[in-house]
Amino acid sequence: MAPIVEIIDVSKSYRRGNRTIPVLADINLNIEEGEFLALMGPSGSGKSTLLNLIAALDQVDSGAIRVGGIDITALSENELAEWRAVNVGFIFQFYNLIPVLTAFENVELPLLLTGLSRRQRNEHVEMALRIVNLEERMDHYPAQLSGGEQQRVAIARAIVTDPTILVADEPTGDLDKVAAREILELMDRLNRESHKTIIMVTHDPRAAEKARVIRRLEKGFLNDVHSQDPH
Amino acid sequence: MFILKILIRNAFRHKLRTFLTILGITVAILAFGLLRTFINAWYGGVEASSASRLVTRSSISLIFHLPLSYKDKIRQVDGVKVVSWGNWFGGVYIDEKNFFANFAVDAKSYLQLYPEFLLSPEETNAFLRDRKAFVAGRKLAKRFGWKIGDTVTLRGTIFPGNWDFVLRGIYQGRDETIDETQFFFHWDYLNETLKKRASARTDQVGWYMVGVSRPDRAIEVALAIDRTFKNSLAETLTETEKAFQLSFISMSETIIMAIQLVSFVVIIIIIAVVANTMSMTYRERIGEYAIFKTLGFRGWRIAGMIVGESMVITLIGSFLGIVLTFPVARIVGKMLSNYFPVFNVAEEAIYMDLAASIIIGLIAAIVPTYRSVRIRIADGLRRIG
Repeated sequence: MAPIVEIIDVSKSYRRGNRTIPVLADINLNIEEGEFLALMGPSGSGKSTLLNLIAALDQVDSGAIRVGGIDITALSENELAEWRAVNVGFIFQFYNLIPVLTAFENVELPLLLTGLSRRQRNEHVEMALRIVNLEERMDHYPAQLSGGEQQRVAIARAIVTDPTILVADEPTGDLDKVAAREILELMDRLNRESHKTIIMVTHDPRAAEKARVIRRLEKGFLNDVHSQDPH
Repeated sequence: MFILKILIRNAFRHKLRTFLTILGITVAILAFGLLRTFINAWYGGVEASSASRLVTRSSISLIFHLPLSYKDKIRQVDGVKVVSWGNWFGGVYIDEKNFFANFAVDAKSYLQLYPEFLLSPEETNAFLRDRKAFVAGRKLAKRFGWKIGDTVTLRGTIFPGNWDFVLRGIYQGRDETIDETQFFFHWDYLNETLKKRASARTDQVGWYMVGVSRPDRAIEVALAIDRTFKNSLAETLTETEKAFQLSFISMSETIIMAIQLVSFVVIIIIIAVVANTMSMTYRERIGEYAIFKTLGFRGWRIAGMIVGESMVITLIGSFLGIVLTFPVARIVGKMLSNYFPVFNVAEEAIYMDLAASIIIGLIAAIVPTYRSVRIRIADGLRRIG
């Protein structure tokens, strides 16, 4: 079976004034469907950059990235926006919920770009909030929720469109131990029960323990595969 | 609905800032509306002028009079239907600060020419029967508490002496553009009194008002009248009533231009204020716009949110400004009734208010919209946390 994500000879650098700073160099990586991959590495190793490239939030300098058979490096900005809306669910370190919208409305947001009716949207949102066990707090605003609850709303928002991949950038980085464990268990459940492909950037070894595969980035280079039985 | 909800909630996220911005817009639109009303009030006489009326005066200047005998010659000009005439009386009621326009007119033809001054048949008859009668506008009578039958004495400035008049009618304007502060009486009374006083100014009129049978022939008739008196001792200048009124306004053109300029400056200032608010909003929400983009929202949707928020704030402020314009204009109109007999908020001023609101909302959103649409998602997300 073809991998769900294929990263082929991808390089990326940033310009700072007159200087070019290489971040990723000739990265090759395949991610299988249903995989839970942890990308680890020290700060500045390029792991978030790689995640952004996979999620089409940034553009490669060279190389190609295929997700579900589509070369996303060949898509225009508008095509990428449509592609992201359908194929990628995002979980951020700081939750990134819209503060003026309730939990329900935040989860509904990605569905506004679909052709679903209001009734269908409501059903999807309620189901997503049920999965993250927050249906009773759906009318609360982000400021009325704890960090862990906000992250669960963010996960509900990420899965509500049933995307091809879930990308998570330090999803437990802003949470206390208990909340972090809950979030990781939730992600683990999504991977095991719903066979969601998850790509998670973290530098927390305890978070990485939940992943099936760990890849390390060091100074823009990807190290060998490390598979494990998650705890 | 969802997007509207976001727009309104976003607009009131910083309540104090939004309140102050709305207050600024309200004041600016109110000021703009009042200044436009001032300009309209200046042109009040022009608006009320009729296309089928001409004014014939001395070609040298309005202060030079024309002989009464011209009336018969003007009547003979093809296309002329009615001829009336009048003099500026310039009388003072008790004190000079009680200024109002007062004219001596040929009563019958004048009322025929100005059907917009509404008088009851009884009042019309009473006015025409009594040589010492005068008619006052509703606002003027109200201002001084005059009632039918009251005797009013004016002190003449151009025509010296005390002049007694009896109020026989109070006219109402046919619509709100009609000046209801005028005072007019019989020209014959003025002329006969001058004769008794052996004045050299008898049988002289300040201007003729000419009613034409067809408005489309007005220019042709005006030229014919002036041709009639060419090379005479008192050559005439005949123009439409509108042009006549405009010639008065042209004397104060600089003031009108200054008012117009100030009204636009007010709008420019408020554009800067709202643009500043929207720029602050943009800076605070760069991360959020990046999140929207991340979720698949395209640039035009984000542009719609920013422009929409700007329009929500601007339209609320403008709506309040427009609503307040009416009572404030009424108060200002009362205060300035000596100078502006008609001080009504014109429909045109409201349209200009609305146009100004839309312009403010759109221009203020240009820079934040441009930036938010251009920002790279990765850069926007880096601003969070």
